[in-house]
Amino acid sequence: MAELNINERQAGDVTVLDMSGKITIGEGSVALRTAIRRLLEEGKKRILLNLAGVGYIDSSGIGELVSSYTAIGKDGGQLKLLNLTQKLQDLLTITKLLTVFDVYDSEAEALNSFK
Amino acid sequence: MIGEKTELTLPSRIDTVATAAAAVADFVGRYGISDDAAFGIDMAVREAVTNAVLHGNRQDEKKVVEIILKSSPDAVEISVHDQGPGFNPEAVPDPTEQENILKTSGRGIFFMRTFMDEVDWTIRPGGGTTVRMLKRR
Repeated sequence: MAELNINERQAGDVTVLDMSGKITIGEGSVALRTAIRRLLEEGKKRILLNLAGVGYIDSSGIGELVSSYTAIGKDGGQLKLLNLTQKLQDLLTITKLLTVFDVYDSEAEALNSFK
Repeated sequence: MIGEKTELTLPSRIDTVATAAAAVADFVGRYGISDDAAFGIDMAVREAVTNAVLHGNRQDEKKVVEIILKSSPDAVEISVHDQGPGFNPEAVPDPTEQENILKTSGRGIFFMRTFMDEVDWTIRPGGGTTVRMLKRR
């Protein structure tokens, strides 16, 4: 089984990536980077990462989230986060990244925020 | 520090991070610490070994990463040694400063310091860096 599984679905003009597993150095971080690059190449710039199934992330994974956020922003798009686990929320809090990312607990609310 | 001691010697590859984390989880699991402490140790070990493999040994497979785990009734101590040129941890910028928040790297040492009770670095004269991390019960 892959370290990080990513399932893509479309909700209107927002692409939702349902993720499960670990975003850590190596396979997990690369999988996220590859998915975001591909979406940008396809012109999909409104992206919601559903992190409900991500139980673990390291500094490399957090770096990849930041890199994704910056790359999408530079391309005129938006990256938002949905369903953070408590651990991930804690990590984003201590790194002060919770002040940067737009984070939601409700998918409907998250999707509405793109409009 | 009296108690159990385990030593590991691992290659300078990315997959060593997961191998080391699994070995440490097994070690601290026998020690009976809280889930939160185990999570913090796991984070810190992954970051320390990542630094040893990437920045210390620069993935040179001729070099190894040595890990020493010690337990006592009061604490768990983890030392990670690489064979790199060494560095100054004080020179690493604070990733939570406004100008660094959106940097894509530089949070590993911050996590090690956040999750462990003591973290210090020793540069060996003959080469190599040892980071020693302690988590109290």
